[in-house]
Amino acid sequence: MGNRRKPRLAVWKFASCDGCQLSLLDCEDELLAVAGEVEIANFPEASRAIIGRSYDISLVEGSITTPHDAERIHKVRRASGILITIGACATSGGIQALRNFKDVKEFTSIVYASPQYIETLNKSTPITDHISVDFQLNGCPINKYQLVEVLSAYLNGRKPNIPSYSTCIECKLKGNVCVMVAHGTPCLGPVTHAGCGSICPAYNRGCYGCFGPKETPNTAALSWQWKKLGINDENLVRAFRGFNANADAFRKESEAHEK
Amino acid sequence: MTKSSFQIGELLIVELEHFQQLLDALWNRDFAVYGPTVKDMAIVHDEVKAVYDFPIGWTDEQEAAHYQLKKTGNGALFNYVVGPHTWKKYLFPPKVSLWEAKKEGALFEILPDKSSPPKMAFIGIRACDLSAIMIQDNIFTKGDYKDSIYLRNRKNNFILAVNCTKSGGGCFCISMGTGPKATKGFDLALTEIIDDKRHYFLFEVGSELGGEILSQVTTQAAGETEKQTVEKAINQAKNQMGRALDTRGIKELLYDNSEHPRWDDVASRCLTCGNCTMVCPTCFCSNIEDYTDLTGKLANRQRRWDSCFTLEHSYIHGGSVRSSVKARYRQWLTHKFASWIDQFGTSGCVGCGRCITWCPSGIDVTEEIKEIRRSVKVSTAV
Ligand code: SF4
Ligand code: SF4
Ligand code: SF4
Ligand code: SF4
Repeated sequence: MGNRRKPRLAVWKFASCDGCQLSLLDCEDELLAVAGEVEIANFPEASRAIIGRSYDISLVEGSITTPHDAERIHKVRRASGILITIGACATSGGIQALRNFKDVKEFTSIVYASPQYIETLNKSTPITDHISVDFQLNGCPINKYQLVEVLSAYLNGRKPNIPSYSTCIECKLKGNVCVMVAHGTPCLGPVTHAGCGSICPAYNRGCYGCFGPKETPNTAALSWQWKKLGINDENLVRAFRGFNANADAFRKESEAHEK
Repeated sequence: MTKSSFQIGELLIVELEHFQQLLDALWNRDFAVYGPTVKDMAIVHDEVKAVYDFPIGWTDEQEAAHYQLKKTGNGALFNYVVGPHTWKKYLFPPKVSLWEAKKEGALFEILPDKSSPPKMAFIGIRACDLSAIMIQDNIFTKGDYKDSIYLRNRKNNFILAVNCTKSGGGCFCISMGTGPKATKGFDLALTEIIDDKRHYFLFEVGSELGGEILSQVTTQAAGETEKQTVEKAINQAKNQMGRALDTRGIKELLYDNSEHPRWDDVASRCLTCGNCTMVCPTCFCSNIEDYTDLTGKLANRQRRWDSCFTLEHSYIHGGSVRSSVKARYRQWLTHKFASWIDQFGTSGCVGCGRCITWCPSGIDVTEEIKEIRRSVKVSTAV
């Protein structure tokens, strides 16, 4: 990279819990390398300094839930070269997208003393509903190794190795025993995007779908199997309404079981 | 009785209490010994040092999308069939580094690989899985392009095959002509017998190395009764086969019916999860991934298992060739049972039944083929 100026990295926060940004801080050893390779110019979780006005790489965390954020995201897009969304909130709307299935006005009137001051949108939407993004990194939270992989890939002009196949394949690469077949535990793995390293099945639990839908998810066929394991419609709705409730495939499947 | 070595084809009896000697003999010869063991309520392959590492008294119950361990009460070491793991995890590992390189200025240097070839002993390979190894030998070690990683892992192996005396719900090795008795490709093969008075193994010597290893174990000559008992036990496995497949004209059957409505039907049930290809002992697809570190000074090329159920598997400029579920299921089934024959001269299926058991959707290859055959018969009869 020679004398070239270091690429400027910004991390932007929208409606989210900060967990994904913390994954970057959690990189410990890797973070030193990141700091060595990029100038971290805007990172609310790590510092308050905001340098310059344009950024080579922007990481966007969080979903759009307010009119103000719906405008701000366009400014972020204009200020960014490569824009990467990180986490379930940014890629699908997050857990706060549970509001999309209900009446938000009703919530605000119950929760707030003066709901007239609350300015909020009816739906929590992913960043891609508002602007074009260069890469989406799934997960609630994201996997820190995948984050480092995506950054390494962009910094070195190569393809990121982030497969969009099922969590099952990660299970099998690891040698996990399938909890669905061997224990009769319902698992969302067959429709869920790989990325976590199949953590839950490795601990004998079913996958919760934190990484959202995989490529070509056949949710209807999986629901059918879950029913054979004794799961009713109500619990199917719950299963598909997790951190990625608003992701197309999961939303449609939960709606199909709602009566 | 100890002897400096036994001849190929010799039959010997080993009592249960002396089985440990065999494991010790292998470890003493610097083999890493892998065999069956219970983990997370399934029988998997892992390092085994002592007899008590084995799934003593466990058996497995298998059906489409169902696997369950059960206690039998007898102290058998090998009273199960095949589990979620295959032996390919040792010979064709799920993830492997092909090379690492370092950038120094304008130079690019491949770092030398300092590891030495492993010495691995495999305990308890079933006849179907032994056939699967021979199929992968054919793929990876014959012809113009040989797989150096496979060759290296396959070089110093010791194989102890186990003949099946019970077969599982997913098994159809008889239909595929691969089992339940191991006939070649092993150093030693055993059949386990438990009767009222005794718990013993009848060993067959399959190679010089097998003869040498067995000579370090307390053995006795096999008598006629014992040989007959073993024959009977293996026949029992033959009679229990959970499934069957009519393989007559199977290649033409699948080639001629590539647009059969059954493919749409199975596509509605298939999750494209890839489990079937991952557990199949003959599937050999892999993907190559190039990694760098953040600085771009270190590069690493890795290989990992891939599956024709992923979109990337058929990705070329412009998109994936097999984008529909139907196309991907058809690729898998047709490759295993038809085009494999054109490509390698044998079927790609050894009848182990893993893809049936470990499919979370319970899709059964024998059932899918049967349905296509049935409808074709019906339509030609009309
Ligand atoms: S445990 Fe879940 S993710 Fe793993 S193989 Fe089974 S169904 Fe797939
Ligand atoms: S296709 Fe299925 S039954 Fe045949 S060898 Fe592969 S996993 Fe076993
Ligand atoms: S069935 Fe699919 S994964 Fe298996 S070898 Fe053939 S193309 Fe590869
Ligand atoms: S056949 Fe079964 S195991 Fe194979 S991809 Fe389809 S659902 Fe998964």
